Amino acid sequence: MRLEIKDLHVFYGKIEAIKGISITVNQGEIVTLIGANGAGKTTMLKTISGLRPVASGQILFDGKDISKVPAHERVGLGISQAPEGRGIFPGMTVLENLEIGKYFRKERKSEMVEDLEKVYSLFPRLKERATQAGGTLSGGEQQMLAIGRALMARPKVLLLDEPSMGLAPMMIANIFRIITEINNTGTTILLVEQNAQQALQRAHRAYVLETGHVVKEAKASDLLNDPAVRAAYLGTGAANH
Amino acid sequence: MINIRDRGAELWENWNRPKRTTFVILLLAVIVLLPFAGDYSFSSFLNTPISSYQAVLVYPVGIFVLMSLGLNIVVGKSGLLDLGYVAFFAIGAYTAAILGTKTHLNIWEIMPIGMGLAMLSGVLLGLPTLRLRGDYLAIVTLGFGEIVRIVAVNNRATGGPNGIANVPNPPSIFGVRFALDNMQGFFWIILVMILLVIWMVRRLSIRRPGRAWEAIRQDEDVAMLMGVATLKYKIWSFSIGAAIGGAAGVIFASKSMYVAPDMFTFNISVLILSCVVFGGMGNIWGVVLGGTILAYLPERIRFISNARQLVFGLALVIIMNVRPDGLLPRKKREKLHKTVQPLAVEGEQNV
Ligand SMILES: Nc1ncnc2c1ncn2[C@@H]1O[C@H](COP(=O)(O)OP(=O)(O)OP(=O)(O)O)[C@@H](O)[C@H]1O
Ligand SMILES: [Mg+2]
Repeated sequence: MRLEIKDLHVFYGKIEAIKGISITVNQGEIVTLIGANGAGKTTMLKTISGLRPVASGQILFDGKDISKVPAHERVGLGISQAPEGRGIFPGMTVLENLEIGKYFRKERKSEMVEDLEKVYSLFPRLKERATQAGGTLSGGEQQMLAIGRALMARPKVLLLDEPSMGLAPMMIANIFRIITEINNTGTTILLVEQNAQQALQRAHRAYVLETGHVVKEAKASDLLNDPAVRAAYLGTGAANH
Repeated sequence: MINIRDRGAELWENWNRPKRTTFVILLLAVIVLLPFAGDYSFSSFLNTPISSYQAVLVYPVGIFVLMSLGLNIVVGKSGLLDLGYVAFFAIGAYTAAILGTKTHLNIWEIMPIGMGLAMLSGVLLGLPTLRLRGDYLAIVTLGFGEIVRIVAVNNRATGGPNGIANVPNPPSIFGVRFALDNMQGFFWIILVMILLVIWMVRRLSIRRPGRAWEAIRQDEDVAMLMGVATLKYKIWSFSIGAAIGGAAGVIFASKSMYVAPDMFTFNISVLILSCVVFGGMGNIWGVVLGGTILAYLPERIRFISNARQLVFGLALVIIMNVRPDGLLPRKKREKLHKTVQPLAVEGEQNV
């Protein structure tokens, strides 16, 4: 697995949200995109999973340009996303939400059971709530469900959009621990985060986005100690967390 | 407020096989015999005062239920707002009228053609519009409904404003005659069509198309992320709905033996949509009930003549206030997310 984005430009109408971004995600890595609100992080993920069209540039997945592949076929290639705001189907049960994560695989029964078990062992809470409507889960449980559902597709690369958003500190720590756990089993992860402190601690490499540009690219541990990054994204409070 | 849907479902779950079969047979028997209800004193209260009761059972009741089931696939299952459903009804009806009067094809032979043409127009209309989100579809379909009617008014082939007369009745099948003086034949054939549609919808609902529609209705973007070919399934939903509308049109034309543009106004689209919403969007039994009541009641209370529409409208407003999700809403859990919106800032108690 290798995801390589080259000189990507993406527009919303006349507004250019991504102004020539190039990033690379290698097999086995956790790569994080950090940046302020409106930097274009969500847009990057949406474009990789095909929800936003590419104006120019390339999205190379294992060397092949997939920028013209329709969104619903990209999950079959191995790109799976837990979207911003979690995107749980509120009227479906937890189990139905997980099942539909495998929709494109035409529901192979044995695989389904196997992968459900995997997700449940990662998130035991989801097993307890299997028959509850997705819309009635707490924020943290919804985030678990969003990640679990994305895993049902057996992704090669998992795109996570602000998994810590709106969660209490304990839950945030929990989610990040699980992200590392998922990565340890061989799934590559592209992680978008506002919580730069946590993201940089977990990631191998990082890109800093500002208004549609990459302004910095480095090893995550280096960025943690970079005074400019500390000042901008890791306020004093976060620094001694 | 008691939940009739859940109570009913619970009762049904607790019944064993023979009990269920008996119930279904009894219910079907009652429905099959409905056309004769007016003849017996114990059921004569069903009689409609002005129009013939047997004719009312065919149109509006039977046709409305059939069309509501068709529109429910589009609006209720997939969440696509179609405000011009009458267009497909009209296309089916005019196909029957033109081919029935100009060729030697009989109504049964015309049926697949009428359904096919309605379906085709659904695909052609859907391809460009179903790509768009939001209110576009509602506006475009609304326009389409009017365009079809206006074309019918201004075209010689469709008989202009006068329409087409002498549309033939269908030939008999299994000894059942279809004629003006034998309305129960039409009622039974529509009943068969309704049962077929219910059977099809139930099968589709638990299979991949049903899951895809459900996902699309709840969140189209996320559906796409899950690998649902959203455009394909929206077009399927839209055109299956269209085909059912077309089938209703063919039968309607052949039953009335006459079609004219003023039978296919925007009113019909609104009425059918009301049946779906009033009965319970997305739930077949709710939609059947909604269609039956909204078609039958105005005919039953025709004796109050002018006040009829007012009383009817008022009743509708009151009932929709008491039961905003319709008489028999879809599964209860659907409602939960509207009342319980999980806040973004939450989680302390869940650690
Ligand atoms: N649907 C949209 N229509 C128009 N502009 C949009 C739309 N979505 C995003 N934008 C704009 O594109 C830019 C990038 O937005 P994006 O959502 O990618 O930012 P982000 O980095 O994810 O921010 P946040 O951290 O707040 O989630 C912003 O200026 C935003 O206003
Ligand atoms: Mg974002």
